[in-house]
Amino acid sequence: MRLWKTILAATVLALAAGSHAFAARTDLVIGIPLEPPHLDPTAGAAAAIKEVLYANVFEGLTRIGPNGEVLPDLAQSWTISDDGKVYTFKLHTGVKFHDGADFSADDVKFSLDRARADNSVNAQKGLFAAIDKVDVIDPATVKVTLKNPQGSFLYNMGWGDAVMVSPKSADTNKENPVGTGPFKFRNWAKGSSITLVKADHYWGAPVFLDKVEFRIVPDAAAYVPALLSGDIQAFPFFDPDSLAQVKDDPRFKVVIGSTEGETILAINNKKPPFDKLQVRQAISYALDRKAIIDGASAGLGLPIGSHMSPANKDYVDLTGLYPHNVDKAKELLKEAGLENGFKATLKLPPPSYARLGGEIIASELRDVGINLEIIPVEWAQWLDQVFTKKDYDLTIVSHTEPNDIDIYSRKDYYFNYDNPTFDKIIADLNLTSDETKRKELLGEAQKILADDAVVGFLYELPKVGVWDAKLQGLWENAPIQANDLTKVKWSE
Amino acid sequence: MTAYLLKRLAIAIATLVLASMVVFAVLEILPGDPARLMLGMNASADQVELLRNQMGLNAPLAWRYLHWAGGLLSLDFGRSYTYSVPVIDLVRERLAVSLPLALIALALSTIIAIPVGLFSASRRGRAGDTVAMGVAQLGVAVPNFWFALMLIYVFAVWLRLVPAGGFPGWGAGAWPALKSLLLPAVALALPQAAILARVTRSALIEVLNEDYIRTARAKGLPYRAVLWRHALRNAMIPVLTILGLQFAFLLAGTIIIENVFYLPGLGRLVFQAITQRDLIVVESVVMLLVAAVIVVNLVVDLSYAVVDPRLRTRQ
Repeated sequence: MRLWKTILAATVLALAAGSHAFAARTDLVIGIPLEPPHLDPTAGAAAAIKEVLYANVFEGLTRIGPNGEVLPDLAQSWTISDDGKVYTFKLHTGVKFHDGADFSADDVKFSLDRARADNSVNAQKGLFAAIDKVDVIDPATVKVTLKNPQGSFLYNMGWGDAVMVSPKSADTNKENPVGTGPFKFRNWAKGSSITLVKADHYWGAPVFLDKVEFRIVPDAAAYVPALLSGDIQAFPFFDPDSLAQVKDDPRFKVVIGSTEGETILAINNKKPPFDKLQVRQAISYALDRKAIIDGASAGLGLPIGSHMSPANKDYVDLTGLYPHNVDKAKELLKEAGLENGFKATLKLPPPSYARLGGEIIASELRDVGINLEIIPVEWAQWLDQVFTKKDYDLTIVSHTEPNDIDIYSRKDYYFNYDNPTFDKIIADLNLTSDETKRKELLGEAQKILADDAVVGFLYELPKVGVWDAKLQGLWENAPIQANDLTKVKWSE
Repeated sequence: MTAYLLKRLAIAIATLVLASMVVFAVLEILPGDPARLMLGMNASADQVELLRNQMGLNAPLAWRYLHWAGGLLSLDFGRSYTYSVPVIDLVRERLAVSLPLALIALALSTIIAIPVGLFSASRRGRAGDTVAMGVAQLGVAVPNFWFALMLIYVFAVWLRLVPAGGFPGWGAGAWPALKSLLLPAVALALPQAAILARVTRSALIEVLNEDYIRTARAKGLPYRAVLWRHALRNAMIPVLTILGLQFAFLLAGTIIIENVFYLPGLGRLVFQAITQRDLIVVESVVMLLVAAVIVVNLVVDLSYAVVDPRLRTRQ
């Protein structure tokens, strides 16, 4: 027996030594298009913040997995009261923040109370709206009481905006983020790169990479040379139009996945003539989704018929409701008393899906007699004029937040859509945790939006990732804003 | 000379004050709210209002102008809305890239352009001149981002001599930092050199037709000496003017090259600040650039006096 043990030990040692000599590399440079404005995921809407820090530096009670599923994170388990209002979370013990402070139930209470406070500048404050109070039971147990049952509560706690922060470092996270994750923040060379390194005493499964650099590459023209020269080894969000240069190159992997970005032709539902159902339906009939997808997303987007990602388990296929039909569109316009067509404006924000898609849509609507004046706008203008002041007729935008069908029930939202039946469904949905019932409600909600042709539903934004063929473990899909590196490694 | 200097100084200060008002006013009427940009589409109007208060955006316009302009006087450039760090720190980081880049590019362009201009002017109408000016014409016409990409493919992807982009910072050592500035400097310098060479040539040709050149030749001076001592010196005034303009451009107008090489330069800082409505950064950086342009122009004006003694005595 002892002999066996000795042989085994020797073999393990030899293997360890051998594998060390041919050790896979443990560093990675990832290219990202936009620089985060700061590094606190609980204080800003910019996707870039979460795409650097989520799951890597900061962790939440729960987390969202690669396919959009809810997984335990800092909470190892939980129980839910029968009335669905009390969540008791059992936390992992021995967890430390990167500055050495212990993580405990007090930090959970601090983080949740901070996010929902009156002076909170959390960009997704709505995620915490249902919380009534947070009680610390013991250092490893925390009880969250809700004002009403909320079906999506565990999912909400997995967002990047709901991560756990320490009272000691919360105010300085913008410059020097301190979390509990497997990577800790090393350095931010502004305008250039953000570097993370492996954390010292991580509580969970160890990560494979020692050092990760997120390098900011604003111009898509620079992606291909950066990959070819080996300077950057992964672009999780690649430019679809540059794919031809790398897709047949065996050194790289091209991965087309899904996002939560419903790309829509938004319509101002209160502004005549768009307040008429026939006009909105006519627009839906006039749209040729295939042509738009080919032109604006290199043919990679998936068509949608309502406000739900085809990758979502509750998705209902409604793309057949308004097939491309110019005659039908003209007929509907005639019914609406607009047989001579009309003029309108189309405001386009900077992303290429909007600018390219806008040209195609303008020409398609011209075919049915709607003459669009295209007005390109910056994001800041778009948020100001279109989103806040609702000064627009039509616009193209991708709604990238996950599970966001409820935006159509929001009062004063920029669609100007008002349908009490739909609002009722969303209100019910918020109170429902039963999966079957939720699926049913979400199905109904999708159908109402499609029937009402509230907006022109175009396609789901594709996620086009390109990285070194030897790199494993990067997410294929983007169910949430993240570049989760916890499973990423180099194959030998 | 003193009166000349004082007059120039007074004009410079008036320009700065006027520019500060124009810059502030123009940016304030730009649609867009930095607080809404930071909080995104899911934040409530109340929350946006709260952040606006925190950022000091709800104070009266005149008060904010005076506060900002007063800060500038004591060299306090304010704090960035988005980065929430002092603007001067951001500018200093970016200048560590933009200033060396501009200087290298300017030096390269001068080293190339002046000899080419001299060569062409002295061989006016001959084959050498035609070829040189043809190449210069091409240099002006070729878009510099395309030229930059060609440089990247040859020197970074194919030969692997330099990185394809990025800037490691001066902390990584002088050579790695310089190496990453080489291609962008060449990409910036060649179109500038092309323009400068053409200006040098035409200025020289004009001067070479002057009577005193003929006199100098007639009294037996060798052609080379006439060209260098008499002609070039007198042709320098338009050349210096162009150089001054080019330096101002190279300092902040290089956004396209900065993007292609993903360099953290001043141009990108301003561009990013505009898209994020980080107004204080835009305002302060623009004012710094105005000041830089004024200083460069002053230096250029003074250098006219160096090359042309007549300007020294004229009141």
